[in-house]
Amino acid sequence: MSDLLAARSQMAMSLGFHIVFAMLGIGLPLLMVIAEWRHLRTGDPVYLELAKRWAKGTTILFAVGAVSGTVLSLELGLLFPGFMKFAGAMIGMPFSLEGFAFFLEGIFLGVYLYGWKRISPRAHLGAGVLVALGGVMSGIFVVMANAWMNAPTGFAMRDGVPVDIDPLAALRSAAVLPQTLHMTLAAYASTGFGVAGIHAFMLLRNNGVHFHRLALGVALAMAVPAAVAQPLVGDFAARFVAQTQPMKLAALEGQFITERGAPLRIGGWPDMERAETRMALEIPGGLSWLAYRDADAEVRGLDQVPRADWPPVPVVHIAFQVMVALGFYMAFVALWAAWRAVRRRPIAEHRGLLWALVAAAPMGFIATEAGWVVTEVGRQPWVVQGVLRTADAVTPMPGLIVPFLGFTLLYVFLSVVVVYLLRRQVTASPASSEGDGHRTAATGARTSGGPTAHG
Amino acid sequence: MADLLTLPNVLAAAILVSLQAYVLFGGADFGAGMWDLLARGPRREFQRTLIAKAIGPIWEANHVWFVLAVVVLFSCFPPAFAMLTTELHVPLSLMLVGIVLRGTAFVFRSADERRDAVQRRWGLVFSLSSVFTPLLLGICAGAIASGAVARAAQMTGASFTGRFIVPWTSPFILGVGAFTLALFAFLAAVYLTVEAEGHEPLQEDFRRRALGAAVAVFACAAATLVLSRRYDPGMTHTLVNSPWAVPLQLLTGIAAVGAILALVTRRFRVARLAAGAQVSLIVWGWALDIFPSIIPGALTIMEAASPAGTLRATLIVLAVGAVILLPSLAYLFRIFKSRPSAFERLEDLSADV
Ligand code: HDD
Ligand code: HEM
Ligand code: HEM
Repeated sequence: MSDLLAARSQMAMSLGFHIVFAMLGIGLPLLMVIAEWRHLRTGDPVYLELAKRWAKGTTILFAVGAVSGTVLSLELGLLFPGFMKFAGAMIGMPFSLEGFAFFLEGIFLGVYLYGWKRISPRAHLGAGVLVALGGVMSGIFVVMANAWMNAPTGFAMRDGVPVDIDPLAALRSAAVLPQTLHMTLAAYASTGFGVAGIHAFMLLRNNGVHFHRLALGVALAMAVPAAVAQPLVGDFAARFVAQTQPMKLAALEGQFITERGAPLRIGGWPDMERAETRMALEIPGGLSWLAYRDADAEVRGLDQVPRADWPPVPVVHIAFQVMVALGFYMAFVALWAAWRAVRRRPIAEHRGLLWALVAAAPMGFIATEAGWVVTEVGRQPWVVQGVLRTADAVTPMPGLIVPFLGFTLLYVFLSVVVVYLLRRQVTASPASSEGDGHRTAATGARTSGGPTAHG
Repeated sequence: MADLLTLPNVLAAAILVSLQAYVLFGGADFGAGMWDLLARGPRREFQRTLIAKAIGPIWEANHVWFVLAVVVLFSCFPPAFAMLTTELHVPLSLMLVGIVLRGTAFVFRSADERRDAVQRRWGLVFSLSSVFTPLLLGICAGAIASGAVARAAQMTGASFTGRFIVPWTSPFILGVGAFTLALFAFLAAVYLTVEAEGHEPLQEDFRRRALGAAVAVFACAAATLVLSRRYDPGMTHTLVNSPWAVPLQLLTGIAAVGAILALVTRRFRVARLAAGAQVSLIVWGWALDIFPSIIPGALTIMEAASPAGTLRATLIVLAVGAVILLPSLAYLFRIFKSRPSAFERLEDLSADV
């Protein structure tokens, strides 16, 4: 493995790990706020129980999100110092704003988690709203930085150095709107379906449990609108890619030659040797229409750039197919659930739908990982589209395979632990779950020599 | 004086304030982890519970100071960030491993409900990484101040160890690491005396620990000074010769003695104030020592600064952010850090999830 490949792999692995927790950090706070709000409105204690459960899940996940995010902020420099030296002044603005979103989130998460009995119910709900807001804003700001990498603006190049820098340009890159919208919906859809799937599974075992029925309802209220909108926003994103990064579009569609009336290819295998995509289901003129809303429009193919500058086409194409397929499945399940809800039929009593929801549980996360592969691998060989090559940005330190393997092991280990802890959370039956770590800890302390109650 | 207030200097100062806050709050969290490792005596488990209670609600917020410093550094001084992350790749990566293990182990430990061997093992991971991480943080600070980063950056032809290991492993730099460790332990013990308010035996436990740590701080400071004379003569030069050095060291000394006197006379809140002042002065001393460089021997603050537009925009974000966030932070601290103390909160169990 070359050092460049090791650096790219480490970056991809760290981001791929972080994004899972980041999405949960965006979605779960919204769920717990909705549940707590329902509790205040209806007085149903089960909603409160739900809010507390989700809050506890958030504690664990947030910690992993925070530390893996910290790793990323330094890793950008550890692995690609050339990129940070080049781009720091230009993507600094979204990252600084993101820093404040983190602060907001971190502060009010502390208030929320530990403040159940210390502040008024309204103030508590308010703290939850700020946590949810901080989460969305963090996601939006950091994706802005990425949008700038895809469609850089706000500077001029003179002798290989950027000059005339506009520090606010990164907030206005053409790719900002489609990418941030798409990412935010992805977070809501993925978390919502993930949670819905778990409770659907519990309902399949015993559909009478009030707790799981309410949980399913709240989760779907968040997931359904997001999942229905996602393919539309995805199309919006694709049209921006067609404008700003035609070679990425060519890679994700497996379009090797420049042609008018390009077909939409569903599935298939892009053969880099023969420069053609084989075994795809082709819809004539489909790609031209989707990209430019004109079935006759010319779509530029990979033949426009030297062979050495092609991204790994099969990876990008297949990742794209996976995202789109999962996206349509999720939108379909969302519409199905909405249809039942509109007719006031309990979702919990349709076993087929429950199974469909169980199947959808991991799909948002898989689609998101695939989407990022499309965005990032599809941009190669550039780290900043058309301006800075990844190979020129990598650190000179040799032996990068060692940190890559080290961090991979660390993250695999953490994933196993998180899954184990969350399983214990989910499977604990609602009634007996009230004991908390601190309570047992304090009791243990007393029996081992501490003071008795009230010391 | 006016030429000190340039835009780059102001942003460098903002980074420093952020680091100072990280050391004051996050550093104390690390130190508390060390005391978790060293918990001894009849009240051992009780000490650990107090520590967990004291860190619980605020470690996330405390941690963001570090992220903020990193972010402002790479936006406003990109070449400095690139040089640091390149030359200090190894210690920074190790530090990240420590940060990951500590944050997650702390939460895993408190999320786990059983008090069994598994949970104790998380406790061990948490406390060991609380030792390991500040050591590396100190090493990085020492490597910057001693000019080791700049020297490494010139060794483009050197072997892997020659460029990426040897420069930051000089005895002086390792001494700075140990000093940082002692300092955080001291800070944490002092804070914990206040957290234990309402329970005298526990307070006494931490008072003794604070005094012990104070001795360690002095020992490490003396040792580093000697080591710097032997191994990094350039370092002592600035330590002794810069016009700020003497008054600043005098003030630091006064704060240190004040903290110890307050501990001896059991004025714990005064001790907390004095210890905080002492540590802040050390951070500022470190910075004034390298000023006007950002990486001594390689880059000055001026040379490394981003264009004025970026600096100005960042400054505005920082100002607006401060207006929103400082009251929020004060609110968090008021809820959890005023009365009742962490000890009294042990009784208030249902307050938590
Ligand atoms: C729940 C997750 C999810 C789902 C169901 C979809 N996507 Fe997606 N997609 C993402 C999650 C995602 C993502 C992970 O969030 C990406 C990566 C970068 C970004 O901004 O969003 C992404 C990127 C991304 C890009 C590349 C943007 C760029 O490089 O600038 C395109 C063209 C699409 N998507 C198109 C679609 C289409 C046509 C979908 C139809 C169903 C679709 N996505 C469903
Ligand atoms: C280069 C990329 C990234 C960097 C440098 C980065 C950095 C960070 C950092 C430092 C934190 C911790 C903040 C804290 O201490 O609370 C964090 C958390 C978070 N990040 Fe990222 N991040 C990156 C990518 C992303 C992406 C793509 C998203 C998109 C949605 C995202 C969303 C979040 C969210 C929502 C949180 C807070 C919630 C949580 O911790 O669970 N991040 N990130
Ligand atoms: C969290 C969601 C993200 C995921 C899953 C992700 C995924 C990836 C992947 C797969 C690569 C490797 C591409 C390759 O080398 O073939 C990569 C590279 C990279 N990503 Fe991302 N990315 C994400 C968000 C971001 C964001 C928000 C930023 C910056 C602000 C960013 C900056 C980079 C950089 C600098 C590289 C290395 C250079 C390059 O390969 O282009 N990524 N990422």
